[in-house]
Amino acid sequence: MMPNRTKPDPRQLVALLAVAVVLVAMPPVVGVYWTRILTFCAIYSVAAAGAQVLYGRLGFVSLNQVALVGVGGWAFLRIGHEVSLPHPVLLLLAGLVTAVVGVLIGLPSLRLSGLALALVTLMAAAGFEVVFGAVGFPDGGDGFLGKAEGDLLPSSLARPDFLESDRVLYFYTVAVASLMFLLLWALIRGRSGRAWMAIGQSVPGAAATGVNVTRYRLVALVATSFTTGVAGGLLATGDGRLDPISFPAQQSIVLFAVVLIGGGYSLLGAALAGLFYSGLPPLLDQLGLDGNLILVVFGIGLVHSVMTAPTGLAGQLTKLATALRLTAPSRTDLSVVVDDHDEKVVEHA
Amino acid sequence: MLELREVTVRFGGVMPLDHVTLDVTPGVTGLVGPNGAGKTTMLNVLSGFVEPVAGDITFAGERIDRLAPHRRARWGLRRSFQQEQLVLTLSVRDNVQVVVENVGAPAHDVERVLDAVGLGGRDRPAGVLSMLERRLLEIARAMVGRPRLVLLDEPGAGLAEADAKRLVPLIQALADPPDTVVVLVDHDMDLVQDVCRDLAVLDFGRLIAHGPTVGVLDDPVVKRAYLGTEDVA
Repeated sequence: MMPNRTKPDPRQLVALLAVAVVLVAMPPVVGVYWTRILTFCAIYSVAAAGAQVLYGRLGFVSLNQVALVGVGGWAFLRIGHEVSLPHPVLLLLAGLVTAVVGVLIGLPSLRLSGLALALVTLMAAAGFEVVFGAVGFPDGGDGFLGKAEGDLLPSSLARPDFLESDRVLYFYTVAVASLMFLLLWALIRGRSGRAWMAIGQSVPGAAATGVNVTRYRLVALVATSFTTGVAGGLLATGDGRLDPISFPAQQSIVLFAVVLIGGGYSLLGAALAGLFYSGLPPLLDQLGLDGNLILVVFGIGLVHSVMTAPTGLAGQLTKLATALRLTAPSRTDLSVVVDDHDEKVVEHA
Repeated sequence: MLELREVTVRFGGVMPLDHVTLDVTPGVTGLVGPNGAGKTTMLNVLSGFVEPVAGDITFAGERIDRLAPHRRARWGLRRSFQQEQLVLTLSVRDNVQVVVENVGAPAHDVERVLDAVGLGGRDRPAGVLSMLERRLLEIARAMVGRPRLVLLDEPGAGLAEADAKRLVPLIQALADPPDTVVVLVDHDMDLVQDVCRDLAVLDFGRLIAHGPTVGVLDDPVVKRAYLGTEDVA
């Protein structure tokens, strides 16, 4: 290893610090309503990060991320109603349950790729939409499904005392989301990330260099499903309950489209995707516009991204920052390289 | 050393390798033949991407044809492809690092092999490299660890003559360690003659000649396969 590989770029540290300051300063500035919206943004940026890692590194199109958020939320509520555990432990368990489910859905990925795999994940998302609709989310009842029946009234899972305030919940969510990003970033920067990139470029090429393709695909599925499940737990924390209509298959497609708009090749793109996915609809609402207009906005954004900016907004921002010498090119951000060789690389991705 | 016994590959009605039996000794052996002769198929069989319908492959008496491709890499097989398979978005250094950490080679191999091929600018993404630099990087990746069987599929493709000459000592260096077999597929006969002590010639999936390079190139059967001359047998 070269020493300069571990030396942090001070400009990147300054940028991170600036982002942290903005995130901390937000709640008092934007008020209660938008603090809640920003909490959702942080949650869905984690789900977007899962889709982004699978797409940008391995070339998988995952169209079931929102369904996996639902799985994480379901597990969080079910376990939380059953036993009293510290909140972080509940999140951890929600992530682990979702990791198992995500791997089961993703098993075809060990043999499939491209459109076929995307369709499998979409079918899984549709399946979960049906299942969530049929069994609902746990609300304090008995049995495996945890649904209240008869005289037993449905109840919400109470937030822990330290999360009573929406503002604290926001900070907590941002902190956990940051940890999830850190986990994915560490994997991307390390051995797994290099193996993922090799697989994304060419499966035979990766195998010829000794990469155990099956193993690293599983690592990716476990990691991204885990973080998405944790996001589901965070989502369920807000109101202590979840509604099946929040997890239609269509939303997984929308989230993936937004990931492409934000940037499919960097975690910054995922953060932007979360912001767009959860932040733009209420913004349109506040402007008095029809909420369905968001699909048009995302559609236009997607066409723009695919035709003129394959690395999305994150890629354009990164190139701008590099051009202005605000930051050095990042080893985990593929945007600049992809833009320079977009046809070839995007073809593989 | 590397022994193929009656190796046969069938794709539907096509037989790209037809009962090929071949003993390859340590050093650089060229594998040549007209287009469609089965050269790349043979490399794919050796590296585990194509499963033969019959035959077996051993290296120093050890069966290697039962290993998955990534396990063959750990065993000591290195491979370059006709269409280079570098990870364009990874840096030069990381392109080697991915091999080092997956075949279990020592960490210092990264710098060692890049020094050996004389490739600088190691933080650059592979996507910005020139064709020659890409070929050098592929050879560097093949040098990682302790290679036992190196398969090079047209390493000189797309290179100017002068650039291709730069590959000669590097390919020969790959075969320097004792008991290392290098199989080179290339259409550049100058390169082949410069580096290959032996040649094996395939035609329509069948081995038609094998032996010292000079003798094989003078073989009328080989000339006929290449040039399509009248039957000289």
